[in-house]
Amino acid sequence: MAPKSTRKVSRNPELIRGIGKYSRSQMYHKRGIWAIKAKNGGVLPRHDPIPKPEAPALKPPKFYPADDVKKPLVNKHKPKPTKLRASITPGTVLILLAGRFKGKRVVFLKQLPSGLLLVTGPFKINGVPLRRVNQSYVIATSTKVDISAVNVDNFDDKYFTKEAQKKKKKGEGEFFEGEREEKSVLPQQKKDDQKTVDAALLKAIEIVPDLKAYLGARFSLKDGVEPGVAWLQRILGLSLKKLGCKEYLD
Amino acid sequence: MVKGRQGERVRLYVRGSILGYKRSKSNQYPNTSLIQIEGVNSKEEVAYYCGKRMAYIYKAKVKKNGSHYRCIWGKVTRPHGNTGVVRAKFKSNLPPRSMGARVRVFMYPSNI
Repeated sequence: MAPKSTRKVSRNPELIRGIGKYSRSQMYHKRGIWAIKAKNGGVLPRHDPIPKPEAPALKPPKFYPADDVKKPLVNKHKPKPTKLRASITPGTVLILLAGRFKGKRVVFLKQLPSGLLLVTGPFKINGVPLRRVNQSYVIATSTKVDISAVNVDNFDDKYFTKEAQKKKKKGEGEFFEGEREEKSVLPQQKKDDQKTVDAALLKAIEIVPDLKAYLGARFSLKDGVEPGVAWLQRILGLSLKKLGCKEYLD
Repeated sequence: MVKGRQGERVRLYVRGSILGYKRSKSNQYPNTSLIQIEGVNSKEEVAYYCGKRMAYIYKAKVKKNGSHYRCIWGKVTRPHGNTGVVRAKFKSNLPPRSMGARVRVFMYPSNI
């Protein structure tokens, strides 16, 4: 059989859904069925079916379920990581808006495959370790740190998952002893990872004047600062349009 | 609420006050509340706050989850009128005694 080159576009362009440009006889000519037939002596070539491999004989099943159970449809959908905002690039200083470290200014390292952002204080400056953060809980400032010296390739979501709790079998004796609290100690590996990432970052930070103090300070809305939207405009230097107000502006 | 935290208190929310329920002259619709966000004075500025989460925090006598403070979460839905008032929907309707009370409008989910 001649090698099949699968066409990507159909030879019959659509005028409207369900109606092609060319008629049946025109398509016959376009597809070259006449040439294939001529090659084969006036008849469309016919190939014998490929013999199927012998299927092993199936024994009748011992058990038939009483009710017909519907099989769920196959879902081959693979989620993509959340789209990263244009204002967030590796090295951007972010402000955390919620959680234990709210208000802290933090350096963005990379986006993990789950869509969360990998972020570090650095730990020495403001106590924020290597951490994952959701994009929605973060404001991106325009300050950027040079992050080319930092190697973040070996961090992914599995690094941050909690360790599965080993099942404790309660023997008779232990039952009466009461539960012992197990302290979860941070493994040394994670502390070392933190140090290596921070070492490279700190060098880049110390070059920029005042950046270290900036990262150490917490962000806060203060009384007297114009609330509403004006403070945002001033701090971030953005126009009303960029802040998302465009629907109501002419 | 925060457990015994010493040190800086950071305010990462904007203050708002609860004006009442969405209403016409003689009917009110308690599923939507009207909120006045501090400093927001026009419809254009409100667009930044649309979708942001808010919390109405109040105290109660009985400790629940280890705290006397309780919270009703909600979000800003749309502007109300031309001068910066905002409509908000809460997980459960705000109680009538909350009128005139404080609401915290947070800066998340953020889009900046």
